[in-house]
Amino acid sequence: MSTPTQDVAEPASKVDLAQSSGGGGEIPSFDITLKVRRYDPEFSDEARWDEWTLTMYGTDRVLDALHKVKWEIDGSLTFRRSCAHGICGSDAMRINGRNRLACKTLLKDLDTSKPITVEPIKGLPVEKDLIVDMEPFFQSYREIMPFLVNNSPAPTAERLQSPEDRERFDDTTKCILCAACTSSCPVFWTDGQYFGPAAIVNAHRFIFDSRDDAGDMRLEVLNDKEGVWRCRTTFNCSDACPRGIEVTKAIQEVKTAILTRAM
Amino acid sequence: MQVHKYDVVIVGAGGAGMRAAIESGQRAHTAVLTKLYPTRSHTGAAQGGMCAALANVEEDNWEWHTFDTVKGGDYLVDQDAAEVMAKEAIDAVLDLEKMGLPFNRTPEGKIDQRRFGGHTRDHGKAAVRRACYAADRTGHMILQTLYQNCVKHNVEFHNEYYVLDLLTVEEDATREDGTPYKQKRVAGVVSYDLANGEIHVFQAKSVVFATGGLGKIFKTTSNAHTLTGDGMAIAYRAGIPLEDMEFVQFHPTGLAGLGILLSEAARGEGGILRNSEGERFMERYAPTIKDLAPRDIVARSMANEVREGRGCGPNKDYVLLDLTHLEPAHIDAKLPDITEFARTYLGVEPYTEPVPVFPTCHYAMGGVPTTVTSEVLQDNDTTVPGLYAAGEVACVSVHGSNRLGTNSLLDINVFGKRAGIAAAEYASTAEFVELPENPTARTEEMLATVRNGNGGERVAAIRAELQETMDANMQVFRSEETIKEALGVIENLRERYQQVQIQDKGRRFNLDLLEAVELGFLLDMAEVMTVAALHRQESRGGHYREDFPDRDDENFMLHSMLYQDPEAETEGTKGIRFETKPVVFTRYEPMERKY
Repeated sequence: MSTPTQDVAEPASKVDLAQSSGGGGEIPSFDITLKVRRYDPEFSDEARWDEWTLTMYGTDRVLDALHKVKWEIDGSLTFRRSCAHGICGSDAMRINGRNRLACKTLLKDLDTSKPITVEPIKGLPVEKDLIVDMEPFFQSYREIMPFLVNNSPAPTAERLQSPEDRERFDDTTKCILCAACTSSCPVFWTDGQYFGPAAIVNAHRFIFDSRDDAGDMRLEVLNDKEGVWRCRTTFNCSDACPRGIEVTKAIQEVKTAILTRAM
Repeated sequence: MQVHKYDVVIVGAGGAGMRAAIESGQRAHTAVLTKLYPTRSHTGAAQGGMCAALANVEEDNWEWHTFDTVKGGDYLVDQDAAEVMAKEAIDAVLDLEKMGLPFNRTPEGKIDQRRFGGHTRDHGKAAVRRACYAADRTGHMILQTLYQNCVKHNVEFHNEYYVLDLLTVEEDATREDGTPYKQKRVAGVVSYDLANGEIHVFQAKSVVFATGGLGKIFKTTSNAHTLTGDGMAIAYRAGIPLEDMEFVQFHPTGLAGLGILLSEAARGEGGILRNSEGERFMERYAPTIKDLAPRDIVARSMANEVREGRGCGPNKDYVLLDLTHLEPAHIDAKLPDITEFARTYLGVEPYTEPVPVFPTCHYAMGGVPTTVTSEVLQDNDTTVPGLYAAGEVACVSVHGSNRLGTNSLLDINVFGKRAGIAAAEYASTAEFVELPENPTARTEEMLATVRNGNGGERVAAIRAELQETMDANMQVFRSEETIKEALGVIENLRERYQQVQIQDKGRRFNLDLLEAVELGFLLDMAEVMTVAALHRQESRGGHYREDFPDRDDENFMLHSMLYQDPEAETEGTKGIRFETKPVVFTRYEPMERKY
């Protein structure tokens, strides 16, 4: 990660391109059945499944299928989305029983011979269709003091940090707060008080930052009965993370830190 | 209707809004209204870096950065503003580091820096390492760091509150020379709570607009679905002019067919562009800095290669970004996210295969005119007391006719901070302006029209036609013919918009309704953009007219100022008044722009 900038040899002015450069060719189309869990308490207390058959293309993602329904068939289908390329964290949902971002899940990578099921993420109150109340999730995040605390006087220039120290917490800086991990955790499903993986990931990001002075306070928070010890290392969170963060490993490192830092 | 009172209301929770909130929140009773959750904003999608002349890895100074910004903007930049930005860039980066931003580091532990398009040593002699970065997720880190610090300072957010109107009042006033005029004053904003459809009025002494851009006017764009020009359109409808709206940046390297951004850092780290003949064609267009020429030049060169038949792929409609000569370990360290995008969305392995790319609509250089202290202008000389704007929604103008890469992350930090401080300071002495009678009337009427519409027109169909015509006619090459073609389509779509019908009639999370409202904003902004483009009969920066291929300083070294005015007509379009504003010069005389 923090390797210093290197000079690269000047590339050739002209090269022979492989025939296949850029891939491409005709983009294949195929039919899918999209099956979405619907719920709107303004009109009914009962949730239901709606199904549509759609013609989609090889580069389409689950988000494109949802948009096709919303824009061409049923404008009341409701879901959050924004950036549409896996960076804003708006569209975590349960796709074929697994938490993913709809904008990062290509339809062609799913089994299109069967209906593709889409449900809201679990463990958070459903508001409407695929929208859940994110407030409990952000509440846990805020409780672990997700900000740098440095008690020494600030230098005029930057605080120094070696590339190795920077690398130490790199993995957990990637978190986009999409809640895919927390809402995939069986412990969180049964006990909404549990901080959940995302909050622990964000605590990890600061606990292992050499510039931070509040690691012990965060470890104390996470040593709580609703803290890291509830984790049963089922690895659901690591599988769910759309950013490829090794979530379970980060949680293990926080557990070890609690034990070794002798609170 | 519920009425809330705050000293300062900030609209938008991207980089500019949250940077403003960190300042304002510590000085005044502040609320942030955002149509998304804060960490969903598109600042998070920025990748490559944020320039500041720290000189951590080689000689550099802020004057060179100012010059590059002015030249990069093809001399339409207000030089006083560029100077402020380049000077304050250094503290802006250091502020972020102290807030916790995990920048990449040099072996000595300082913030590492890398090359970026148009940023040069000593007035164009060679590329310089000026961009401070965190891998290729600098924007993500900025957004997270700013949100973390908002949490630290207990900033009050109202999430999923769509601001739909700006409340101003007008008072009779007299200029120094004795001429009477109408002085606008800000009273607050009207917002819509997505969760339940309720309307809230936020009365405020100061209002800061930090609502971002309007990329969704185009089909091929790096912008989020939610970037629909809301703030610009709301200000425009409230009688605030818009400046330089014809200037849109097309980022050279969008994933072909998708528009997803691949950072310029790919070229900063040594990647190059090739055409179907395997040729590094930028050697012909910008002999000195080649692939690191500013974005307008690279984007036009790419489009020209395709137009002259040297495009790649089955339809010869893209070129290639070649990283294959770089070490995979280097790519993993410096460009992990964008190479992952190429794999995920196109199935291309950047270690061994070049990546198909084509220009994608990326950034609006124009917007709501402001002073260097982020105060919004109601005309060339008059500010609106209490009204501020920062970030992409604003036009300071530090970007002129073409923004340099990394200068947007800088803009949001420098002018977001200035806006936050100025808004809080103004609020500390100002009184509340009395709300106009029926403050929600305009909003209620707009929503009712959309809710009750039964003309059968679909929002998505109109939006798709708008985006098609903008891509076809208003992209990197424009002419009177293509602009008029686009304008004709836009006028037709504006008619059809009156017949829009939505399907979701509920109150809860009615995004069907909001998408229709957003389409109204897009159509207004598309009209303003095309009228401004038609008027500017020259080529400058991001605005290239094939019928007027040269820059014309004699007639067009001026900012465009477009006002909504029912009495006026511009370029055959009713309801728009066109004026100009002089460009501010300090140190640099306009020169021919070569790289």
